[in-house]
Amino acid sequence: MHDRAFKDPQREFRMFSARLAVAALVVLVMSAGLLWRYYHLQVTRHGDFVTQSENNRVHVRPISPTRGLIKDRNGVLLADNRAGFSLSIVVERSDDLEALLADLDALLGLDDEELERFRRQLSRRKPYEPVPLRINLTEREQAVLAVNEYRLPGVEITAQLVRHYPHAELLSHLLGYVGRINDKELPELDPVRYSGTYVIGKTGIEKSYETELLGQVGYEYVETNARGRVMRMLERIAPAVGQDLTLHLDIRLQRVAYDALGDELGALVALDVRSGGVLAMVSKPGFDSNLFVTGISHRNYQALLDSPDRPLFDRVLQGQYPPGSTVKPSFGFAALETGVMTPETAIWDPGFFRLPNHGHKYRDWKKGGHGGRVDLHQAIVESCDTYFYSAGVKMGIDQLSHYGRLFGFGEPTGIDLPAERPGIMPSREWKSGVKGVPWYPGDTVNTSIGQGFMLTTPLQLAVAASRLASRGEIRPPRLVSRVGDRVLDPGPPAGMIDGDSRHWDAVIAAMKDVVHGPRGTAKIIAKGLDYSIAGKTGTAQVVGIAQGATYDASRLHKRQRDHALFIAFAPVEDPEIAIGLIVENGEHGSSTAAPIARKVFDTYMALKGEEQLAHE
Amino acid sequence: MSEFVRRMRPDGSGLYGGSRWQRIHLDLPLLLLVLITCGLGLFVLYSAGGQDSHYVTRQAIFMGLGLVVMVVAAQVPPRFMQRWAVLPYGAGILLLIAVVLVGVGAKGAQRWLDLGFIRFQPSEILKIACPLMLASFLGRQHLPPSFKHLALALAVLLVPAGLVGIQPDLGTALLILTAGLFVVFLAGIRKRYIFGAILAALAIAPFFWLFLMHDYQRQRVLTLLDPQADKLGAGWNIIQSTTAIGSGGLDGKGWMQGTQSQLDFLPESHTDFIIAVLGEEFGLLGVVVLLSIYLLIISRGLIIALNAQSMFGRLLAGSLTLTFFVYVFVNMGMVSGILPVVGVPLPLVSYGGTSVVTLMLGFGMLMAVGTEKKRF
Repeated sequence: MHDRAFKDPQREFRMFSARLAVAALVVLVMSAGLLWRYYHLQVTRHGDFVTQSENNRVHVRPISPTRGLIKDRNGVLLADNRAGFSLSIVVERSDDLEALLADLDALLGLDDEELERFRRQLSRRKPYEPVPLRINLTEREQAVLAVNEYRLPGVEITAQLVRHYPHAELLSHLLGYVGRINDKELPELDPVRYSGTYVIGKTGIEKSYETELLGQVGYEYVETNARGRVMRMLERIAPAVGQDLTLHLDIRLQRVAYDALGDELGALVALDVRSGGVLAMVSKPGFDSNLFVTGISHRNYQALLDSPDRPLFDRVLQGQYPPGSTVKPSFGFAALETGVMTPETAIWDPGFFRLPNHGHKYRDWKKGGHGGRVDLHQAIVESCDTYFYSAGVKMGIDQLSHYGRLFGFGEPTGIDLPAERPGIMPSREWKSGVKGVPWYPGDTVNTSIGQGFMLTTPLQLAVAASRLASRGEIRPPRLVSRVGDRVLDPGPPAGMIDGDSRHWDAVIAAMKDVVHGPRGTAKIIAKGLDYSIAGKTGTAQVVGIAQGATYDASRLHKRQRDHALFIAFAPVEDPEIAIGLIVENGEHGSSTAAPIARKVFDTYMALKGEEQLAHE
Repeated sequence: MSEFVRRMRPDGSGLYGGSRWQRIHLDLPLLLLVLITCGLGLFVLYSAGGQDSHYVTRQAIFMGLGLVVMVVAAQVPPRFMQRWAVLPYGAGILLLIAVVLVGVGAKGAQRWLDLGFIRFQPSEILKIACPLMLASFLGRQHLPPSFKHLALALAVLLVPAGLVGIQPDLGTALLILTAGLFVVFLAGIRKRYIFGAILAALAIAPFFWLFLMHDYQRQRVLTLLDPQADKLGAGWNIIQSTTAIGSGGLDGKGWMQGTQSQLDFLPESHTDFIIAVLGEEFGLLGVVVLLSIYLLIISRGLIIALNAQSMFGRLLAGSLTLTFFVYVFVNMGMVSGILPVVGVPLPLVSYGGTSVVTLMLGFGMLMAVGTEKKRF
């Protein structure tokens, strides 16, 4: 076993001591290494790590500002914010996201749409940012989550304000709605201003006044632990509430107009002649804009899209209809101004008009015509087509187009709403540009009674009525009268239609007799009036009628019947309110459209009377 | 302090005079240093455990138990230890085999033996039984050991290290291996063998890396080289612990004021990573104080080794002391990001009963060696 006979304790001890000394030296060197490392971390790089530990601990959380309210002229709330509870998930705090989603599905029943949206947002969130899964929980859902919260790590129930429209269907197109910010909008937005905000104005006033309504984002600096749970608040910079909007609109008038349209499809706009303020603006049918606020379901959205009444379609700004006879006061004024007619000029109306050297007969709506001597007054009161065919052809399309534009046809009105359509005021340039064919004299004939290529929006009808009422004041219509405390002064008109006052008198007198005259096309609404109305009825063809055929409403489908139109203002002596309205497939402006306007006028006058009483 | 330690003579003479302490086989300087470390450990643990007395109470009980074990172990005569060293060694090997056959797993590794009332890791026994066995064997031989004895010693070492390594618990296997190699080194192994072993280790390292290491083990080494590569995963621990230590600065954020520790950014803050809590809350100052105490303990252990009555006592005391330093170095190194993360607790400070009791057992054996009666 032993390769030496005896152990040598002295030698072994010396060797052991030497080895132990080496080991002690190594221990010292390695300890020095450790110290150097801790010195490096704690002294040399101390600053970096302080910053890093602060970044760990302190989180900046945006606080969304409260969106501004929208009120009518009397302070009635049209759009407000209500407390709602929403369910969000902080992924870092959940142990297993898929298991959590499965649990939530079992409790609440998640649909694919929600999940898809959630996953989309998940991909672009910041660490520890709660990602919303369902907004506006019902009370039952809140209760279910409250009971189960302990076994759902990562779930966060937060209270936030949700936009609410108390008069949703009454104002759906006008107010528009807010909705979740989508992928298309996101890159366009200021990431700082929208850091705490999930929704943005999508349509209507909510969109056009987004900047004013939004407000300024606030921040809170919070101390969080590693799982993102807030331990305490360090500092808070309060958000600035968005500005409230006050409208010219009177909700009572709006309701009357909405109800007056009944079950018909159509649109009505009432303008304050003196300021251009919108007093009422209805597109019927409306829809429940509250559905869109928290994300409309596919089913509800499809139902709205599929409805033959097209409730999502804003007829006021986007519906383009032939104006029909409602253009006659404007073109009558043009005929006087251009001198092709005088107030006294009369024509013979055999019931049709024929262009020189043409066989084609342009018929008057009244079989047999309006008689031997038809002047401007009678032509407007009885809506004589032949007179206007003749006047239009004498003026020519260039003058017609020019005056049409002065009254607002074929041009955007400049209202403070998005997505307004301009309509069409045809001209030679328009036709060669769009249709690629030259202008024919027959086109002029059609245009002179508001048919053919001419298209207008209901808003443009109201604007034309307002310009007639104010004797030429050009004012862009305005919905908002006040932003916060700042009054938006309408100021002087943006322009004037220059004209001889006798010409204005003649046209307005004729419009008055449309209602008040014994042969007026709208005399039906004159009964019991204690103020005066000036108006003009119109009928717009939906389907063409072949030469020699007759229009027989009873044989046409409801949706193929003529549209009924009406423009009017009141009181005639000192006009305050102007209305343009259309009832789709209402057939006759006189019997269908005019009574609706009368109801709105009556309400306006009654409300004015109440206000005067209150002032005294 | 060092003057105090140096003048202490293990035979009980010196400052404290008389042989009262020697008669009850306790080494006063070591005992005092151990008690100071325990007190410091409880103090840091209270903060690290979320200011909850739960961990502190349990740890204090473990320490009390450990002290009893220490006092009992100190009474065992070293010659008796040398004679019966094979018993704990053999028992440890058998238990390791049992772990392989009927062990309980946790986190993908089979390390535990469930005895019904207690679960424990037999590998802990080997941390002491292995150097004990080697010291016992080599202490009987002519030194420096011959090649044959060396080969035998290596076999004695590699069997338990291998059994622990396949659990797999690479960290503990390496610690057992280190403790044994310290004995071999102190026994005066020839320099050419040392260089040869280093060359051989370098030669098999790539093979080891490619075929023997598990993915998670490789991952730990890679993480050390670039913690930022997987911030929220493997790199998280190291990023958070270095941030905690670094942000502590010179004098720290104050007791229970460490944001990294108190807000749960620091993982394992009351066990393996507790030095980061100390570093954050007491700064470099706290780290230096703790390291100094450790070095005093090590100095005392080396003095005991130097003055031991037999070669067995020298080898055992030297190995136990150096192994203690390895625990300190590996733990402080891994938490500060210069060593891969292996499960080594900070001696007497990290929470954990097994570690405390095993360490106390070692100190008891050191005291037994230090207070052995002179044979001549």
